[in-house]
Amino acid sequence: MKKIFALLFTCTALSAAAQVTDGHPDNHPKGLRGTTPLDKEPVSPLMPKMVNDDIRKGRAFAMQPPVIPHQIENYQVDKNFNKCMTCHGRDRVPDSQAPMVSVTHFMDRDNNFRSEISPRRYFCTQCHIPQMDVKAPVENTFIDAEKAAAIKKSAKK
Amino acid sequence: MSALSRFARTKNFFRKYWLTLSTPSKFFSLGFLTIGGFVAGILFWGGFNTALELTNTETFCTGCHEMRDNVFAELQPTIHYTNRSGVRATCPDCHVPHNWTSKIARKMQASKEVWGTIFGTINTREKFVDKRLELAQHEWTRLKTNNSLECRNCHNLDSMDFTRQSKRAVDMHSPSLGKDGKAGEKTCIDCHKGIAHRLPDIKSAEIKAATADVEAGK
Repeated sequence: MKKIFALLFTCTALSAAAQVTDGHPDNHPKGLRGTTPLDKEPVSPLMPKMVNDDIRKGRAFAMQPPVIPHQIENYQVDKNFNKCMTCHGRDRVPDSQAPMVSVTHFMDRDNNFRSEISPRRYFCTQCHIPQMDVKAPVENTFIDAEKAAAIKKSAKK
Repeated sequence: MSALSRFARTKNFFRKYWLTLSTPSKFFSLGFLTIGGFVAGILFWGGFNTALELTNTETFCTGCHEMRDNVFAELQPTIHYTNRSGVRATCPDCHVPHNWTSKIARKMQASKEVWGTIFGTINTREKFVDKRLELAQHEWTRLKTNNSLECRNCHNLDSMDFTRQSKRAVDMHSPSLGKDGKAGEKTCIDCHKGIAHRLPDIKSAEIKAATADVEAGK
């Protein structure tokens, strides 16, 4: 009798465990599709607006490319034309009063300074991105080197 | 045949028509001629304007693949084609002047575009890309000389509320377009090039022109 009870107990325990790890949909990663079944079209979330307040944001770390504080929708940046440079270009800054692209962008791969942006720095949005007016879904726990060093120092004491 | 007799024959030919035109009508009454002329005038004028307006539609412009596959395709993602309120500009809104005399002048210029269509000056993507700078420059010159009239047909400076624009827009607009009733030194097209279509390689063209000037010893 005892043996049968033990067997029954293990069986139920095992099946419950299997359900928790395997069968339960809530424990599965949802991905971008969410809980929508494969044969249904999910409802897309509202498109957020691009931040357009022209207020410069701080940089989280020294080498961070500054983010773009304005709208860049439909800006043409291709072989023929670079819309960003119509304000941020060296010769346009007096008119536009926009920050000039840093001189590091004028350096070619041999570290020679050219008079305008080097082809390897041509596509602005490879590093610089506009911001969307949304609440971050995940909290950011990043700390920069300075802060990290301070924490380390205080921990040593 | 001598030159004189040829001249005389031509003179005779025209005299015959002049005689018909200058002699009073033998068969038609004055009433028929005046009322008939009036009606015919209405029909002709109405027909002319209707035909003119037919060539002033987007369907007509995009009837050729040159326009449909290049410039019209480029227009579609821009704000002048798709936006939140659904108000949009069609080809002739920007490319054909609205007042009659300028419109006729533009339409006469456009006869060269008919030539282009027939002989296929831009009938491939490559030909279009090669020619696009020149075509764009024509439009920029036109808008520059008429103070961006086609922009201003919809975008009225007096109705433009600078307080509702972004700071950047205000900083550029108020000195450039003028404020306190004073005219500014710039017109729309000076800054807003390539808002409805993609831009050609302007910079290389400028450099090329400057180099040509230097070589010519200017």
